[in-house]
Amino acid sequence: MNLFMKSTMALGLGVAVIATASIAGSHSSEKLNPAVAARQHQMQMVGYSIGILGAVAKGEMEYDAAMVSSAAKNLNALAQLDRASLWIEGTEQGATAGTRAKAEIWSDPDGFAEKFQALADASAALIDASDAAAVGAGMGDLGGSCKGCHEKYRGPKNE
Amino acid sequence: MKTLVRILAICVIVGAVGAWVLTAPAPLEDDFAAGHTADVENGALVFAAAGCASCHTAPGAEDKQMLSGGHSFASDFGTFYAPNISPGVQGIGGWSPAEFARAVTKGVSPDGDHYYPAFPYTSYQRMTAPDVSDLYAYMQTLPVSDVPSKAHEVGFPFNIRRGLGVWKQMYMADDPVLTGDLSEQLERGRYLVEALGHCGECHTPRNALGGLDRDMWLAGAPNPSGKGEIPNITPGKLDWAESDLVYYFESGFTPDYDSVGGSMAAVVTNLSKLPESDRAAIAAYLKAVPAVP
Repeated sequence: MNLFMKSTMALGLGVAVIATASIAGSHSSEKLNPAVAARQHQMQMVGYSIGILGAVAKGEMEYDAAMVSSAAKNLNALAQLDRASLWIEGTEQGATAGTRAKAEIWSDPDGFAEKFQALADASAALIDASDAAAVGAGMGDLGGSCKGCHEKYRGPKNE
Repeated sequence: MKTLVRILAICVIVGAVGAWVLTAPAPLEDDFAAGHTADVENGALVFAAAGCASCHTAPGAEDKQMLSGGHSFASDFGTFYAPNISPGVQGIGGWSPAEFARAVTKGVSPDGDHYYPAFPYTSYQRMTAPDVSDLYAYMQTLPVSDVPSKAHEVGFPFNIRRGLGVWKQMYMADDPVLTGDLSEQLERGRYLVEALGHCGECHTPRNALGGLDRDMWLAGAPNPSGKGEIPNITPGKLDWAESDLVYYFESGFTPDYDSVGGSMAAVVTNLSKLPESDRAAIAAYLKAVPAVP
């Protein structure tokens, strides 16, 4: 593939991403319950931080101790945000628009708390990861904590 | 007149015999996997790849080896409950290897009744005899649960199990979906996806009688529970890089670091136990199936 095609494709992709983001943005900012919006921003930050760790683990980004430790610390902090003002009763899927939070979050608060604790533990273990291999080794527990919670407490898309 | 009656009578008899033959459960194969020495470790991998624990553990159970059953599956035909398949009296304790093989690959109980295809024997029918034998050996090592299996809630006419014999004649196709000159990796991927992993059971739409629409292979389907859609995972929709697929099967992370959830979470838990080469084979297969937009 020549440089022209590559850059054209990259440009096209970029435009598509921006277009999608702006559509999704205008769609979600209009009606979302503020607590739901806040939770989704929390999850976006979780995704951003895991993205840094994942890129290092996969070798797509060079290992940088400051970046890795910052991403892990932020994840750890995000896992420990106080839930009372975020996970407000009645803001579950079906009752409030735009959320996939399942009612089990409120019927099983201890189980839900355990899942956030798993994320806190998995991220704490990555704060001092000393090279890309160590980051990679920690990604299993990190992924497991996301999966464990999303299996039980996140509902299906487009219900 | 007499001749007409005779002809009619013959027709009825032939029809009845034909129906009885068509609906007959498959016989036991007593020499099943003869000469094969069971490999329990491979059995554990088959168990993971076939996703047995995903349906046969109790709902919400943390112990993924206690196969007490109880998961419910709503459908257009009624609600099915996954039975106890632990190696005790409530489960598969006392089954011979041949009985187990017939159950898994033919969908017939030791008593000779047809199972409902909520149990994915239409996929498992292509499980190799050594793999079935190893799976049997592995399952004997799992803990026993004394929880009785729950009866399915299925109304007339679907409660006549003999009728499933006709359904099997119509929809239990044993030929592979992906055909052609396949590499060794693609053949492995095909075995993992089409036979063991039974991915098509959820990701392929069904017709009114519950048969898979093979022209829409892996093109997504409504969730039988009524909530949400099971996604299209053909290249027509799923545009992830092959390496992203492999990483998803290992870690549960999507390319943009969202994570797997719902019923697929258990699938990823299983896939993460397989060798990396198997995850790569599944990814290669998914890139090779016909694209459905």
